[in-house]
Amino acid sequence: MEVTLTHILFLSTSLFFIGMYGLFTRRNMITMLMAIELILNSVNINFVAFNKYLYPEELTGVFFTIFIIAIAAAEAAVAIAIIIHIYRDHKSIDVEDSQDMKY
Amino acid sequence: MSNYNYIALIPLLPLAGFLLLGLFGRRYFNKVSGILGTLLLGVSAILSLVAAYQYFIVNGMVDGVYPVIEPFKYTWLQFTDTLSIDMGILLDPISVMMLVVVTFVSLMVHIYSLGYMKGEERFATYYSYLQLFTFSMLGLVISSNLFQIYMFWELVGVSSYLLIGYYYDKPSAVAASKKAFIVTRFADLFFLIGILILGFTGNSFDFNTLINTLTSSEFATHFGASFLGISVVTWALTLIFIGGAGKSAMFPLHIWLPDAMEGPTPVSALIHAATMVVAGVFLVARLFPVFAITDSGALEIVAYVGIFSALFAAVIACTQNDIKRVLAYSTMSQIGYMMFALGVSSFGEHGAGYTASMFHLFTHAFFKSLLFLGAGAVIHMVHSNNMQDMGGLRKYMPITNITFLIGCLAIAGVPPFAGFFSKEMILHAAYESHPGIFYVALLTSGLTAFYMFRLYFSIFWNKKAHLHGEHHSEGTFSMKLPLIILATLSIATGFIPFGNFVSSDKTVLHSHFDIVFSIAPVLIGLLGISIAYNFYQKQSDKPTKIAAAAGGFYKAAYQKFYIDEVYIFITKKIIFNLIGRPAAWFDRNIVDGFINLTGNTTTKISSTIKGLQSGKVQGYAMYFFGGVLVLTLFFIYCLK
Repeated sequence: MEVTLTHILFLSTSLFFIGMYGLFTRRNMITMLMAIELILNSVNINFVAFNKYLYPEELTGVFFTIFIIAIAAAEAAVAIAIIIHIYRDHKSIDVEDSQDMKY
Repeated sequence: MSNYNYIALIPLLPLAGFLLLGLFGRRYFNKVSGILGTLLLGVSAILSLVAAYQYFIVNGMVDGVYPVIEPFKYTWLQFTDTLSIDMGILLDPISVMMLVVVTFVSLMVHIYSLGYMKGEERFATYYSYLQLFTFSMLGLVISSNLFQIYMFWELVGVSSYLLIGYYYDKPSAVAASKKAFIVTRFADLFFLIGILILGFTGNSFDFNTLINTLTSSEFATHFGASFLGISVVTWALTLIFIGGAGKSAMFPLHIWLPDAMEGPTPVSALIHAATMVVAGVFLVARLFPVFAITDSGALEIVAYVGIFSALFAAVIACTQNDIKRVLAYSTMSQIGYMMFALGVSSFGEHGAGYTASMFHLFTHAFFKSLLFLGAGAVIHMVHSNNMQDMGGLRKYMPITNITFLIGCLAIAGVPPFAGFFSKEMILHAAYESHPGIFYVALLTSGLTAFYMFRLYFSIFWNKKAHLHGEHHSEGTFSMKLPLIILATLSIATGFIPFGNFVSSDKTVLHSHFDIVFSIAPVLIGLLGISIAYNFYQKQSDKPTKIAAAAGGFYKAAYQKFYIDEVYIFITKKIIFNLIGRPAAWFDRNIVDGFINLTGNTTTKISSTIKGLQSGKVQGYAMYFFGGVLVLTLFFIYCLK
């Protein structure tokens, strides 16, 4: 069976919603971070797929993907640093426990 | 010798003195600050004398006319290509004369204050204010345009305010300084409007350009603009005169001058007798060609306000008991003389009034500051302003007695003292053009002689001196020296042929001295003196009897004709109630209400929507995705 664009888009959409589900249901910040990574990777798959199937002679999509991977790494580093700080402060990484920044 | 660059130093030295003494004087050299200020001013005075010598004698007339010289002029504010405000120095006969008067009287006051203000805690502050005043007054007289004169005009007002309120722990002094400031400032509002109108009409603020434009024949032919049937130039000149009347204490803006006597006495001599109060006269004289040639309506106002103030103040002066107040009203009366002399004058050949006015300004500066300084010496000794506490002082203070007598003779117009010549010239000028004014002026000069000698006899003769306390001296040498110098000048200045130097068209004015004409004024003056002698030379009950006979009129004059009460009534009852309170209501309820409404609405809206900021990260993520969803749907279905 030949793999078409639709298949790949199906995969990335599933991944995206799995990530969203994780983001909304989990209370653990690390888990939420992992969910965000899932969402980012679903976007990566989309970019690569569109590049391959629609404009195979160009490399724009691939470059974008590489950018996103780099940025995701940086974002993870910052997020984990924040989480570590929150942990030191609250002795917990539950999002429900850190609600100080409100009206 | 045609270089006048050093003129700039004359005002700048006192400015330097003001900054030096004001910033450092009190902390570092309080004791010597008086000497420092006096030295600076001495240099200024010498430079002014040099300038006068150079201007009048060495360079003299060019083609029969004293030239108008502008040694300095630079553009300060450039608004458009044609409209700019300059800063400059203008030299003509009256500004050179004023330079001499201001620096000289100021120098005398500086020297006098060395003794009078000795031991004052704020000695340096006092001198720095004096220097500031001198600087502003000098700047005023050499201003080359209307805006510059306005700036210095206000500076003079400020320094007068500071000096009147020098004893700031005395509530009456504080009230007097505020009163002086507010009244003159109120008049200055009209002055400013007048300046703007005149500048707009004449297309310039510069005195020379303005006078040339407004007096030219083309301007007179299409002299179109008018308001309420009176030409715009007349309006402008009248408004400017109101400004001048405020500074010069003309009726009905005179109420600040008697109260201004709360300041130290030397200050009264300098500001409220010799220099600042004649600024209004100077202003009219400065714009005199416009007043006289363009239109005479404004000049009539000047004449009638002047003569009325002269008489009005002389009547009040006869009833007052505070010696400084008598002198204050006398000043107002004499300035009235200068004003109506300008008012009855015309330009050119019949400009005797102009010369007479400037002459009287010149002589009055010396004998009036002499009288004030003499009064200061008396107050210094008796520690009271009230003439009923005085009497018989001639044995204790011989020099003050003689110099004060000279001052009184000068102001009463007894020959050969200075006031005789200048007053004679004024009366003659009035006689030739406005006989009605002449007779009132004659009466006023009789009153002048009476109240001055009432003052003199009450202080130095009358009853026996009863001084308490042990320390009674006439004052230091520095207090006597200015008295002697000024007394000499009060005799000598009358012999100056003033028409050779100052006249309305800057040529020589041949004043004819008429011995027959002067019989009447002198006799009236002598009559006033003899009545005063009869009443006050010895203690008697005649004055009280006369006062009782005059009844209501005496009481009204004693209460200064209730002008202050009228002002209080107008401001408190009418302006405060009819304008102030509604305006306050409008401000509190409408203006503030609108602001409060905006604030309250914002608070309400924010308190309803602040719940969105819950602190729950996942909630925020939900909003975010919800937003993305809405945008997506919007782009798909609405923006195809």
